Amino acid sequence: MLSSDQVLHVARLARLELTDEEVTRMGLELSNVLDHIEKIGELGELEGVVPTSHVVELENVLREDSPHQSLSPGVVLASAPDPAPGGFRVPSPGTS
Amino acid sequence: MNVELEPVIGLEIHVQLKTRTKMFCSCALSFGEEPNTRTCPICLGLPGTLPVTNAQAVHFGLMMAMAFDCEIAPKSIFHRKNYFYPDLAKGYQISQYDIPLCSNGRLGDVRIHRIHLEEDAAKLVHEGASGRIHDSDSSVVDYNRGGTPLAEMVTEPDLRSAEQARDWLNLLRVTLRQLGVSDVNMEEGSLRCDANVSVRPRGSSELGTKTELKNMNSFRFVMQGINAEIARQTALVQAGEPVVQETLHFDPVTGRLSSLRSKEEAHDYRYFPEPDLVPVAPTEAMLERARTAIPELPAAREERYGRDFSLGGDTARLLAYEPQFGDYFEATTQEATAGVSPAVLANWVTELRTRIGASSDPAESKVTPDALAVLAALVTERRINASAGRQVLDTLVAEGGDVAAIVEREGLAAMDSDEELAGIVKAALEANADAAAKVRDGNAKAMGPIVGYVMRETKGRADGGEVGRLVREQLGI
Amino acid sequence: MTATELVGLTAAEAIGRIRAGELEPAELWSAYQQRAQADDLNAYTWVADADAPAADPAAPLAGVPVAVKDLFCTEGIPSQAGSRILENYCPPYTATAIQNIYDAGAPLLAKTNQDEFAMGSSNENSAYGPVLNPWDRARVPGGSSGGSAAAVAAGLAPWATGTDTGGSIRQPAALCGIVGFKPTYGAISRYGMIAFASSLDQAGTFTRDVTDAALLLEAMVGKDPYDSTCLGLPEPVQPPTATDLRGVRLGVPEELSGEGIEPGVLAAFERTLDIARDLGATVESTHLPHAAHGLSAYYLIAPAECSSNLARFDGVRYGMRVDDGGGLLDMYTGTRAAGFGDEVKRRIMLGTYALSSGYYDAYYGRAQKVRTKISEDFESAFSAFDFLVTPTSPGVAFELGAKSDDPLAMYFNDFCTVPMSLAGIPALSIPNGTAQAPGGSSTELPTGFQIAGPAFSENKLLNAAYALETALAFDSSPAREAS
Ligand SMILES: [Zn+2]
Repeated sequence: MLSSDQVLHVARLARLELTDEEVTRMGLELSNVLDHIEKIGELGELEGVVPTSHVVELENVLREDSPHQSLSPGVVLASAPDPAPGGFRVPSPGTS
Repeated sequence: MNVELEPVIGLEIHVQLKTRTKMFCSCALSFGEEPNTRTCPICLGLPGTLPVTNAQAVHFGLMMAMAFDCEIAPKSIFHRKNYFYPDLAKGYQISQYDIPLCSNGRLGDVRIHRIHLEEDAAKLVHEGASGRIHDSDSSVVDYNRGGTPLAEMVTEPDLRSAEQARDWLNLLRVTLRQLGVSDVNMEEGSLRCDANVSVRPRGSSELGTKTELKNMNSFRFVMQGINAEIARQTALVQAGEPVVQETLHFDPVTGRLSSLRSKEEAHDYRYFPEPDLVPVAPTEAMLERARTAIPELPAAREERYGRDFSLGGDTARLLAYEPQFGDYFEATTQEATAGVSPAVLANWVTELRTRIGASSDPAESKVTPDALAVLAALVTERRINASAGRQVLDTLVAEGGDVAAIVEREGLAAMDSDEELAGIVKAALEANADAAAKVRDGNAKAMGPIVGYVMRETKGRADGGEVGRLVREQLGI
Repeated sequence: MTATELVGLTAAEAIGRIRAGELEPAELWSAYQQRAQADDLNAYTWVADADAPAADPAAPLAGVPVAVKDLFCTEGIPSQAGSRILENYCPPYTATAIQNIYDAGAPLLAKTNQDEFAMGSSNENSAYGPVLNPWDRARVPGGSSGGSAAAVAAGLAPWATGTDTGGSIRQPAALCGIVGFKPTYGAISRYGMIAFASSLDQAGTFTRDVTDAALLLEAMVGKDPYDSTCLGLPEPVQPPTATDLRGVRLGVPEELSGEGIEPGVLAAFERTLDIARDLGATVESTHLPHAAHGLSAYYLIAPAECSSNLARFDGVRYGMRVDDGGGLLDMYTGTRAAGFGDEVKRRIMLGTYALSSGYYDAYYGRAQKVRTKISEDFESAFSAFDFLVTPTSPGVAFELGAKSDDPLAMYFNDFCTVPMSLAGIPALSIPNGTAQAPGGSSTELPTGFQIAGPAFSENKLLNAAYALETALAFDSSPAREAS
């Protein structure tokens, strides 16, 4: 069972604000799912098994170092929630 | 408690690679363009975009690996380093983690633990009157720099003083410049240096608690920062107080260090293999291409200048570390006639360097290596004296031309007839009888007016040493 | 032709008539546009309002319009991925797979509704409301590509694109009685497909029949300089022609065809195996020893990757922002709390936890090893069999809301489809009959038959599916006629 402290720690890492109700519910739901998932712990010998992070067996997919046209400033800022002359405005990190 | 303490220093260096395009997209690198004009869906982290690795960045990484005698990973992979910050468009940085491209190398006396490839963060500009992070309500993000290729180098803690750190960093800088992989400009941020500093009783083999120093963006600040931290830690240890592991921020204005992240949560970057990229497994062709691209490096060149040209340490290093002057020096040795020593040529190259500036390329000056070699030969053969030689060099720097013609035009040839000079010396002694008497009485300083007279009469062509000899001869001393 | 007759044509039939000069692409466009605009299944989040675009009858897709899952970026057209956080977001570029379709001559008809960021198996997790199943509007169409499945089944589009991470094409295709094809991982570029779980996400097709699947797939596949993990296919996708299954060895993995499967679904599955035998195939049971753990591995790997992939939705460059002046951290957490739905939050939390310090080896690392074992299971099975077959979904379409409060029950919908995703192999679902939902319902609902082959066996797979499809002669018209 995940404690509410654990849930809050993970929520902070993930930058998610949770209500008290969500903390409780999330703790319960995650615990249930994790209980089920932990069945993979029952699998015996995985020692020495190479983990698969990818099924594609490619190597050295590299791009030539030649520039393309960048986006125009109007397009760059078209979807910005708070566009400013110098770019994307955000609340200052210092005030948090 | 008053034991003798020894500083232990390791460096973490970020080198912006001099590719044409970014690490994972084809935007051209930015050099002060308007904000966000060097961005595309990929480096803005737009939904659905994917990274593709820049071949040239890998090539530069391999060149560095070879230049620093590193082991090259047969198969290195990229990870995602996850954290939230506005300068990080995707919410993670793509960086090499448990299998870096290169490891276990060396430059000079310092072992290099690892070198890995990653992408640079964007720039966060703080809005508000003071421009300081804590006083402003908002910031603006410019993603031009975001995604610039970086090689991160981590050294072993092999340095023992701030001066040594500075000198090594300079060797690294000139080496990287010679490799052509980076502009290595600390002020412009293409070379960035953090330092891990600890102190321990001299002779101990254990490491003390280290702190990490950031924001030292010049060679001088690296020295100042490290020295300040050594002093701070030494005082703590001498007072019996513990050193706390923390990250310290160097303030170039006050020269002081302040704790950066003491209140921040412990970092948990949740690294995992980047599923959008495939491994880099250098092929023999890639390795060969990197191998052949490596020029002679400064340390090797310094040694060669000592060995082959018998240049003294300082001169050899100067010419090796500023390869444009080294190249030029070697060109003069090709042109020089027998009897002119490389040390003399090197001396004239440093004279030239003083005149055109260390950052200039002598090959682009008006002084050809041939002209400088001829000049050196004339002086060596005493056909002009040293000061006339410098005067010729001034003319060459200003307008170029033929050395012999300049000597002729400016009337700088040394007196060929000893008799003529002897006559002028005789006249000088007569005109300065008082001074002559003092010299005869053993006051060498009184020689001044006599020599001055001779130089005036000869328009400076007389060899100073020869004038002195004739004065003493004629006075019978 | 009447509009009803027009939408009764498969895409291949429509292309044939266009080439023969019997049908104007504009006629087809108008017929579908009208149906799409009248969509009452909530299958669409955007429908083209322009007149028929110019079409080239000689182009491979001859102007037959296509519906595109909203997870694909389309330049200047809302691409919201079923999420509030991307409401009205119009990207400045088009996904490679969709551009390939345009280049093959198919214009964009509409964007389809989906579970938020492709997380879900019922399409109830869309910020734009649930999609209804055209066979029974009280039921879900499956997910996450529910809008694409419902649209094609109901005749609101000739065909559609989808994405499949753990079953998001195959399961809704099964629940809606159409063909859903997830090709080999890497066959189709992921560039411009909003990422859920990068190592599993694969684009694919929703079509009325197997021939259409081959046609649309051929338009979408191909290497892409913008996707390092994209290989394309070794040979062109050919229209399938097989009329029997002589010499074809079918393996039935016991782990995916017994426990937990609804009786009606199992009965349909058995009937299809009989048909396969009649067509000349051999059918034997086999084992995928680690397949039972596929779901556990999947529900670690996919959330872990998603927790990272969704970090870019931070209110800085695009999409929604909630800022009450409390500073950067508040802006982040407030934006993401308001912008993401429950299921997305649950998976981000799960993935963040699984990757966090101290848990990586026990969860993510272990899941990746299970993934290796599952791939090895398939490899050894394919040394004895040409294809493995299973029911696509453990059950028929369930009622809206029936599983919304039980994440685990919902996750179980992917039980039969997840192992193929983990192994990156191609798998296709064809409708193989109908069954009644458990609990005494008399409504007949479609069931799906999944055929999986080794990596890059697309052409063989399509041929086997085509032979079966012809023999099954499934009638998909009820879903179109109800709409
Ligand atoms: Zn870019």
